[in-house]
Amino acid sequence: MATLEIHDLHVSVEAENGPREILKGVDLTIKQGETHAVMGPNGSGKSTLAYSLAGHPKYTVTGGTVTLDGEDVLEMSVDERARAGVFLAMQYPVEVPGVSVSNFLRTSATAVRGEAPKLRTWVKEVKSAMEQLQMDPAFAERNVNEGFSGGEKKRHEILQLELLKPKIAILDETDSGLDVDALRIVSEGVNRVRGTGEVGTLLITHYTRILRYIKPDFVHVFANGRIAESGGAELADVLENEGYDKYVKGGASA
Amino acid sequence: MAEAQNIPAGSTTAGSIAVAAESTVATRMSAPPSFDVADFPVPHGREEEWRFTPLARLRGLHDGTAVASGEGVKVEVEAPEGVTVETVGRDDERLGKAGTPVDRVAAQAYSSFEKASVVTVAKETVLTEPIRISVHGQGGVAFGHQVIELGAFAEAVVVLDHTGDAVLAANVDYVLGDGAKLTVVSVQDWDGKAVHVAQHNALVGRDASFKSVVVTFGGDVVRLHPRVRYAAPGGEAELFGLYFTDAGQHQEHRLLVDHNTPHCKSNVAYKGALQGQDAHAVWIGDVLIQAAAEGTDTYELNRNLVLTDGARVDSVPNLEIETGEIAGAGHASATGRFDDEQLFYLMARGIPETEARRLVVRGFFAELVQQIGLPDVQERLLAKIEAELEASV
Ligand SMILES: Nc1ncnc2c1ncn2[C@@H]1O[C@H](COP(=O)(O)OP(=O)(O)O)[C@@H](O)[C@H]1O
Ligand SMILES: [Mg+2]
Repeated sequence: MATLEIHDLHVSVEAENGPREILKGVDLTIKQGETHAVMGPNGSGKSTLAYSLAGHPKYTVTGGTVTLDGEDVLEMSVDERARAGVFLAMQYPVEVPGVSVSNFLRTSATAVRGEAPKLRTWVKEVKSAMEQLQMDPAFAERNVNEGFSGGEKKRHEILQLELLKPKIAILDETDSGLDVDALRIVSEGVNRVRGTGEVGTLLITHYTRILRYIKPDFVHVFANGRIAESGGAELADVLENEGYDKYVKGGASA
Repeated sequence: MAEAQNIPAGSTTAGSIAVAAESTVATRMSAPPSFDVADFPVPHGREEEWRFTPLARLRGLHDGTAVASGEGVKVEVEAPEGVTVETVGRDDERLGKAGTPVDRVAAQAYSSFEKASVVTVAKETVLTEPIRISVHGQGGVAFGHQVIELGAFAEAVVVLDHTGDAVLAANVDYVLGDGAKLTVVSVQDWDGKAVHVAQHNALVGRDASFKSVVVTFGGDVVRLHPRVRYAAPGGEAELFGLYFTDAGQHQEHRLLVDHNTPHCKSNVAYKGALQGQDAHAVWIGDVLIQAAAEGTDTYELNRNLVLTDGARVDSVPNLEIETGEIAGAGHASATGRFDDEQLFYLMARGIPETEARRLVVRGFFAELVQQIGLPDVQERLLAKIEAELEASV
């Protein structure tokens, strides 16, 4: 059973006046089949955690460990992490001019699966995944994220999640900027993947709204670069009512 | 004013649209066009037309010290039936009709060549197979002249292939009769040390269509001057170019479309990718719409994709309009970087770095490659682009 173990993770970014520590000792273990919601105010370091796990070069790990089934993730290059089964649905997906969605999807599926998917089954697979996400087939011929609306970008991220079938899925504010319909469609996509029981999900969100569609097994409150409190699904209801004030240093208590 | 900058400092594009009473394209040159090398001073490097070029690497082509050697280049012409191929002396009156040398190296070539090849396609002859001209460098210095002339309503495709190692200065004339259609693909696939400086002059007849595809991969220094003039109204010119500039290479394309006649069209699209330390690409796109050229329709574009640090692009589109009575005129130039965020996104989907670069470069060139319209050339190009990427990443 796949397990991602994050232990005492410290991460800095290069700021104007030298390195600035953003993650200040994160501990979290995610097992295949589990869903962990990480909730926290803006600027608490949620995206930093997500990007650090995926290996973005902007973030420097200054301490701690991350392992996937005992393998040192921090030693791996970005593409190696993806091939090892770590997937990050980005908060702000990047435009890649000149590269079509269909070409991109096939290239990444080939890389992650270790061999080119058989053309006939692949075409069907993509087509049905796109249908379920209510994406127009013409989408496949557009350039990656170029001119996509916010909702289209997020659907495209979840399309990749469905096709790449990772062991660990990190979803960074996949819900933000979505209207109710799009939120439902995207959540159903996540739930299809969760339904296989083969993925551990790290659902990063600012709002509780998405948790009506995706039921977490664990909820963690993220504040000031670390996990401030952990609990079950009921913790989300507390946050819904009370907000993050009590976790934010100097914030007024609710 | 043009500006030269280092990636990643920012855009390396400079350009202008001038509405002028008199052309500055001509006055920017340090001497008027001439067939005689003595009419040009030896350039020192600060002249407008030489300021981007590393003169020290021209192996003496610019200062008269390069002397033709026995084993310069080997030229072979493979022509289908209906084509006349001749080797002629300097006094053949068909030489030099399409244009006059505009700089010292072109004039040096014209003053120094001994034999020229003249390839003629008789009027109304429509070829189904390309004419293949292979220019293979044998390691020496050579001065060349070639003429490709199509009679009225003739149609032909010419593939001009440069390979091997040489120091070559040359002029190539394309003369299109009325209603003729000529496509020329000039491939610069030189070995790493080659130096190639050439002026390609097209003279486009009434209602004729000229398509030029310039593909530059190899060489130490390649500096080409594709130029187009119109002999009569109704002519069309499409100038496509593709270059892949690697570490240390200097590849310079200086275009001029001279709209000297009414109701002609031109469309220029050059795209280049650069990678490696001191890869340097220069693109100068001069389009001149003379006062007489009413109804002109023209567009020019240059795009560059910088794949690594240390590469440099100078891109200078320059559109000069001397009449208000035109159908359309525009230009665009942009230099972009394959940035780290794009790389991260692709790699975060399991795609290895080299593969990610390949995807982006292929995508960058794809549209232009499709416009070439010659499947075998397109395939060779794509294969070559792959090889370039594989060789150096
Ligand atoms: N490159 C950077 N330079 C300086 N500060 C940064 C940089 N990137 C992120 N930060 C800071 O790190 C903190 C956490 O950011 P982020 O991880 O995006 O938070 P969240 O996703 O929880 O909103 C913020 O205060 C943000 O301003
Ligand atoms: Mg964030």
